[in-house]
This record gives sequence, structure tokens and C-alpha cells, in this order.
Amino acid sequence: MSALYGLMAEFHDPKAVVEATEAARMAGYRQMDAYSPYPIEALSEALALPKSHVATICLGGGIAGLVAGYGLQYWSSVIEYPMNIGGRPFHSWVAFIPPAYETTILFAAFSAVLGMLALNGLPQPYHPVFNVPAFAGASRDKFFLCIEAGDPLFDAEKTRAFLASQPGVADVAEVQP
Amino acid sequence: MTNATHPVPPALERMLTSTLGLGLAALAVCGLGALSSPDQFLRSYLFAFFFWVSVPIGSLGLLMLQHLTGGRWGALLRRFFEAWSRTLPAAFVLFLPVLLGYAKIYPWAHPPADDKIIAHKALYLNGTAWAGRAIFFFALWSLFAWLFSKWSAEQDRDGLTPGLSSRFQALAGGGLVTLVLTVTFASIDWGMSLNPHWFSTIYGVIYLVGAVLATMAVCIVVLSRMAHEEPFLHVMRKDTVHDLGKLLFAFNMLWAYMNLSQFLIIWSGNLPEEIPYYLARINGAWGALGLFVVLFHFVVPYAILLSRDVKRTLRLLAPMAAWLLLMRLVDTYWTLGPDLAGHHGSEAAAFHLHWMDVLAPVGLGALFVHLFLRQLKSRPLVPQHEAELQTEAAHAAPAHA
Repeated sequence: MSALYGLMAEFHDPKAVVEATEAARMAGYRQMDAYSPYPIEALSEALALPKSHVATICLGGGIAGLVAGYGLQYWSSVIEYPMNIGGRPFHSWVAFIPPAYETTILFAAFSAVLGMLALNGLPQPYHPVFNVPAFAGASRDKFFLCIEAGDPLFDAEKTRAFLASQPGVADVAEVQP
Repeated sequence: MTNATHPVPPALERMLTSTLGLGLAALAVCGLGALSSPDQFLRSYLFAFFFWVSVPIGSLGLLMLQHLTGGRWGALLRRFFEAWSRTLPAAFVLFLPVLLGYAKIYPWAHPPADDKIIAHKALYLNGTAWAGRAIFFFALWSLFAWLFSKWSAEQDRDGLTPGLSSRFQALAGGGLVTLVLTVTFASIDWGMSLNPHWFSTIYGVIYLVGAVLATMAVCIVVLSRMAHEEPFLHVMRKDTVHDLGKLLFAFNMLWAYMNLSQFLIIWSGNLPEEIPYYLARINGAWGALGLFVVLFHFVVPYAILLSRDVKRTLRLLAPMAAWLLLMRLVDTYWTLGPDLAGHHGSEAAAFHLHWMDVLAPVGLGALFVHLFLRQLKSRPLVPQHEAELQTEAAHAAPAHA
């Protein structure tokens, strides 16, 4: 048997998985993930996930879009093709705002989606947790907490005992890599 | 009202006393000022009233909106909106100085004999029609406020029956259309007609969006004072605060969008009957004030409210809301000020700020907040039998808000 990916505990109640996750974090486990059919805010908090960088990427994209949109208009109507339109100044900044706003939103939206995909590694057709047959329930009505073997505290026997001792646990399964 | 059977936060009692004292004192000093310069008093008072009446109006709008959209934020603030909207009959009493002294404020009341533009508008802009419309607006809005509060009391007693739910939605749907139309005409009557030669069709919508933003801001500030006391303690959740932050952010963006729409169109057209409005407001000291409004009403708050943490943390959101409320007041002064000072379109309008322009909004505002808190105290501070506010939502684990 090759090295494990981790150990996965199955729960039938959202409260139980949140409490088990909190207990695991208190016990010192860090490299773990929880799975639920729908978002549970308390679960994300219990995992103490580091802050996502998507917001920063999105902000960067938005600023780039603003500069690009405004710059394009400035370059075309002031530098390269200055034309007298109704006696208005070449640098008609009021009229430049709506298109610059649109490019800001466009670039911000694209960088948010692409940044999210780049950071979370999706699409990902294979993941070790799929090796546990019961995991299909994660998209229906079951909740899972997986402590990964990469965690410094991970020990096949002790971690299994720890997970099995959590209130509300239905089963603890080995996750093959 | 005195023997409340529902929990009333001690913070509310403290605010009730302090706002009444501040309001009466500031208005009394303004009353002394009225003895020496009645015209200036009326102009300052109109400015203060035009700003503060926007909160009960905006509350009526948000009350109808949340009956149509639902959502936990709306259930949490519903009593705030209802209490603000029930101040409308009292707001009419506070409107009486303007109603009685309109002839000293509005140029159309005494037009120059050769002013053909005002003469053509006389059918609409005359004292009788203007006063009649004001009475009609206050009566209609008060009726809406009364119905919503009455039915809300039924929900407290009997729970939300399907019949009650459909009544709420029908009145909210029809009422919202009626409100947008009446607020448009009211803002034309009270604000835009200070400059009877000028017109802008988006004026009413700008006023209404500003009203909704001011309402959101003032409700967040008051909520933050009581959030750690019952009955709010057990219904406050971080994601609901996040929704309030997002709405404050969105309404501020909408306000900027509406104002830019008006400015872009008038600036591009550059027509002699429209552009004087902005010439008086973008040059000299008025222009500096306008730039201040753009930067500190929109740009800086926009950048700060981009942060998720600011939107989710009431302790950080409340100062931002208080600042936006102050900026709403400054923006209202920038909008009305040049016309109140009698500069209709001269390029170099002299800046004018009387001490009563500062004291009247303080006094009237404190009095309005006092009236609001009295109404808020008279009913349970959160709606009863409200599914949205059940502490243990059936589908979710306890949220550590």
C-alpha cells in the first residue's frame, strides 16, 4: 500500500463537521479541508483559511482597465487624431468617464474569474478524495473533513483515533493518493 | 408608549434625551437669528428641511423595496424604516415655516414683470398650486407609512399570513411607482424651483437616490449604537452587516452615476438654458466645494468601501456611514446653495455660508432623529414572527457573528 493522501471523516450533520474542524484546528492540524454540499460560513471560519488573493488580482485588473480605457481615449483624441467636435476640448474628460468605467469593470471581471481559476487550479478532473466511495455524498447530504498526510502532526494511527473520537462522526476512511 | 413590554436598549433612551435637547437648543438659537434676518432663516431652514425630509422619504422607499425583494437586511431594518416613515406627519408640521414663508424664498413668487419664462410656468409655479401639492404629498406619504405600520403590527400579533404578505407586496409595488413620481414633483417644487429658469428631468431621481443613501447611512449609525444590546444582540450576524455595507456602497455608486449622467448631458449640450446651473457650481469657491464633494462623497468612500472587512465590521462601517451622511448634507448645500444665495447662473457666484446654514441642519436633524427614536421605541425593535430573523436558520450551522 502506497502512502496515504489523508484520512477522511464523514458526518451527517453540518454542526458536527464544524465542531470537528474546530477541534482539529485546536489540536494543531493545519493541512486539512472540509467538504459540504452547500456553503457554510462557520466552516470556512473553522478552517481559518488564509485570505484569498482574488480580491487583490481583481483590484489590479480594475486599475489596469481604468488606465487602459482612459489612456486609449486620451491617446486617440488628444495625441494621434485630434479633431474639433462641437468646439469641445480635445481632452474632454467628462465624456471619457463612461467608456473608462466600462473597461474598468471588464478588466476587473476578467481578472477576477481568471485569477480565481489560476489560484484554485480548476478545472481539476482528478482529486484523491474521489477514491473514497462515500464521498459522492458530499454533493448531496453528507459532510466531510479530510486531514491530509502532508500535515506535520499527521500519524495514521493517532489521527484516525482523533477523527473517530469526534462527536457525530459516521465513518473514517483512508484516502488513497 | 411608556410601558413598553419589549426590550428597549438603554442606548436608545440616552439618544432620545440628548437629541431632544440639542434639537430644541439649536432651533431656538436659529429662532433668535430669524428675528434679525427672517429671509436668511427661511433659506437656511429650507436647506435643512430639504436634506432631513429626505430620510423619511428614503425610508418609505426602502421599506417598500424590502417588502418586494425580501432579505435579512430588510427584516433587520424594517422597524427603522417604519419608524422613520411615521415621522412624516410631524415632518409636515416642521414644513410649516417653509409653507408660510415660501414667498420670501422662491423667486417665482415675485417674478420681474418682463420675465416671460416664469410667466409661462405660472400655471404650475404659483403659491396655491405649490402649497396644495405639498399638502397632497405629505398626506399620501403619511397614508403609506400608516398602512405599512398598521399591517406590520398585524404581523407582530398574528404572524405573516399569506393574505398579509400579498397585501404588503401589492402596496409596495404600487407605492414604489407612486413614490418615485411624487418625490420627483416634490423635489422640483422644493429644490429645483429655486432656479425657475433651469430644469433637469433627472433631478427627482438624484434626490431620491441621495435620500435612500442618507437613510441607509443614518440607520447604520443608529444600529451601531444599539447592536450590542437586546433585542439586536441575538439577531446581528456578520453576513447581514456585510449586506448593509454592500447596499451603502451600491447606493453611493448609484448617486455618483446619476450625478454624472446629469453633468455629462448638460456639459455635452452646453446650451444657454441649461449650462448656467453648472457654471455657478464649478467655478470659484463653489467649484472647490464641488470638487470636495466628488472626492470625499464618492472617490475616497468608494476606495474605502471596496474593502470587505470595512463592509462586514459594524465598528468600521458606522464611521463611514456617518461620514457619508455628512457628505449628503454638504452635497445638498452645493446643490441648493448658489440658488439660495440668489446667483442664478452668473459665472462668478460668490460663496455664501451663513451660520444658520450650519445650525439649522443640526437642530432640525436632532429633532428628526428624536422623533424617529420615539417612534422606534413604541414598537418591538425587530419584527416578530419574521422567518428571516430566526436565530437558528434550519439549514445552517451556528454562525459566529
